[in-house]
Amino acid sequence: MSCLLIKKMASEDKEIFKGLELNQKSLIHLLHRIQAQYGYIPEEVVDDIAERLKITPSEIFGILTFYKAFALEPRGKHLVTICLGTACHVRGGRQIAEEAERRLGIKAGETTADRQFTLETVNCLGCCAIGPVVVVDGVYHSHVSIDQIEKILKKATEKGDEKN
Amino acid sequence: MKKIKNLHDLEKWRSQILASRPKKLKRVIISSGTCGQASGSLAIIEAFKREIKNQRIEDKIELKVTGCHGFCEMEPNIIIEPDKIFYKQLKPQDVPIIIEKTILNGEIIPSLVYQDPLTGRSYPYQPEIPFYQRQLRWLTEANFYLDPTSLEDYIAYGGYKALAQVLESFSPEQVIEEIIASGLRGRGGAGFPTGRKWQICREAKGPRKFIICNADEGDPGAYMDRSLLEGNPHSVIEGMLIGAYAIGAKEGFIYVRREYPLAVKHVTIAIEQAKEAGLLGESILGSTFNFDLHVVQGAGAFVSGEETSLMASIEGRRAFPRQRPPFPAQSGLWGYPTNINNVETWANIPLIINKGASWFNQVGTERSKGTKIFSLVGKINNTGLVEVPMGITLREIIYEVGGGIKGGRAFKAVQTGGPSGGCLPESLLDLPVDYDTLTKAGSIMGSGGMIVMDEATCMVDVARYFLNFTQEESCGKCVPCRIGTKQMVEILNRIVAGQGEEGDIEKLENLAQTVKGASLCGLGQTAPNPVLTTIRYFRNEYEAHIRDKSCPALVCKDLIIYYIEPEICVGCLLCLKSCPSRAISGERKKPHHIDQSLCIKCGACLEKCPPKVGAIKKYTGRKRDEIMATESSIKNSRVGL
Repeated sequence: MSCLLIKKMASEDKEIFKGLELNQKSLIHLLHRIQAQYGYIPEEVVDDIAERLKITPSEIFGILTFYKAFALEPRGKHLVTICLGTACHVRGGRQIAEEAERRLGIKAGETTADRQFTLETVNCLGCCAIGPVVVVDGVYHSHVSIDQIEKILKKATEKGDEKN
Repeated sequence: MKKIKNLHDLEKWRSQILASRPKKLKRVIISSGTCGQASGSLAIIEAFKREIKNQRIEDKIELKVTGCHGFCEMEPNIIIEPDKIFYKQLKPQDVPIIIEKTILNGEIIPSLVYQDPLTGRSYPYQPEIPFYQRQLRWLTEANFYLDPTSLEDYIAYGGYKALAQVLESFSPEQVIEEIIASGLRGRGGAGFPTGRKWQICREAKGPRKFIICNADEGDPGAYMDRSLLEGNPHSVIEGMLIGAYAIGAKEGFIYVRREYPLAVKHVTIAIEQAKEAGLLGESILGSTFNFDLHVVQGAGAFVSGEETSLMASIEGRRAFPRQRPPFPAQSGLWGYPTNINNVETWANIPLIINKGASWFNQVGTERSKGTKIFSLVGKINNTGLVEVPMGITLREIIYEVGGGIKGGRAFKAVQTGGPSGGCLPESLLDLPVDYDTLTKAGSIMGSGGMIVMDEATCMVDVARYFLNFTQEESCGKCVPCRIGTKQMVEILNRIVAGQGEEGDIEKLENLAQTVKGASLCGLGQTAPNPVLTTIRYFRNEYEAHIRDKSCPALVCKDLIIYYIEPEICVGCLLCLKSCPSRAISGERKKPHHIDQSLCIKCGACLEKCPPKVGAIKKYTGRKRDEIMATESSIKNSRVGL
């Protein structure tokens, strides 16, 4: 798979590198693009990027592990994001996150074994008035209570199945 | 699109736009920022479009989709002009009724009208609602009228007039003088005088200069910058253009955090539009002034809001802060003189130029001028974004604008300034809000997050929350921040788990002084503030946790139990069904019981227990110990049988 990916990247070069200067300045922007396209940053592409941008692979790994936006592992089919900003925290966001962890059987930051769900917590989505907030695949759920979690997760899989 | 060449062109275009607008009977304005969309504004917009089309009343109703109106608690909401009728918390099925009754027949629908939670009075018209009445919406007023993706809307509202005026009749020095005279201070938190900052950067020598808009609004609980960028991106761009002219910069960056996709979208569209109209790029408005602007997306690191880290991030490196001096104004982006201001600061600039420094500095206190936008959130009735004059008291903001505490509970504290700020108690509510008084009280103005806490909020838990946040976000470059915050979090973890010891409070204070004094950047230097202020104003809560192993606010899981009062429980089975760990047993119409050894204290049962029954209670301290003792003796006697 990794070989295929590299080939794919090479063939899509024009698209992914479009409009970017080939230097360090473009690194984060480029990683955003790769992440958006593949859902994660395959380790195998790091050497390739390093060569093109004329920087070292260690610098790229530095960036990948420093910033939360980048994942080195493939993500699940559905991304569940739970806000733990202050406003959500005082309204019980932590309990919501714990309930989701229990329901999915994983910790925040992990992906279920069947690759259906990735669970992540964030420090604030800036929708503080409608907390606690849970975002599933880009859909915002507001004023979430503990017993709604099961339904929200179920709805995500159903929606995904419809698409298939 | 034709490029605008000067002030005259701009004015001409403005009157053309205004003249070309069809005069319709009614205008429906729909608030649709991120909050609005999350609450369902998109479905409301669809419903209006559908109804207008079906009923063929396109000539009677104009639909205007705008950014956030600030009253987030009431989303999705609409304002119907010309009377400014305000309808709250709408559902798509309300739309046909609104069109028929209100828009076509002028009738107000009482069930959709806002009611004051304190007095119960109804307010059908937006300007009369107490939440809006006490505000001074200099910057946020435009959010009512502008489609953020329309340059024409901004021009019609008087946009880019300040820029045109500056290019026509101000020297760069005159612009700086005007900003200094206005008394504007940085809205990002530290409150450095903006004009003075520009002056230092203008005077710095360098072959290139940059300006940056800091939109990496990382403070949890703060979202005014998001709202400004989403709702009125051109005002920020215009402010930056004026700043670039004054400083002598040819290139600028807007650094937006990745959690704000709608803001990125709107500001990117706005930049494209401005370029097309000759407001960005080469020889702007026919002058010799050139300026280019780029959007850079953050990648999820709180520390990148610190100016030196932010510049490292734009350069494509890890967001590590560095020692200052040299300050960015002397050596910033790639070593060139750079001026960084926050979104709200930039948005103030066109206003100051249009209305004049002496108009601007009439409002505020002696050393803090103009208005400030706060995000008023937490346990408050009117959650939302509020813009108030500097010098207003915290009490006025919380009780008059914010409508008081939710559910009639008692106020405990207000947290300002995010993780760098502090928690202020009831006794300080009459403090006027300005940079210096808040700092004196141990907190800071910060970027404007204002989180209200009631009696059901544990102050030790809040301190731990913030410290845990800063500890996780510490970049790890300097030792005091990396290790000091970690040690502080561990002590706080012990305290909330009931393992606190005598002397822990002093240890925390001691560590806090070291972290504050020795950290490299603002993140570490301010990280202990939430701990220090909660110790200063709520020491008794720390002592209760440490000495009595009790959490008076009934929040800390390890110190409380959930208990079903057998005399009150009606045996409805609701809690039993909701319990994820099957700790609740019982039969219908008989009192239920929680097995404390199985309970994971998730709170699902309490949420389910009907409020009019209220059989599930939380207990801590002595009462908890008594219940636990009785339970275990019953259990033992059963085992004995």
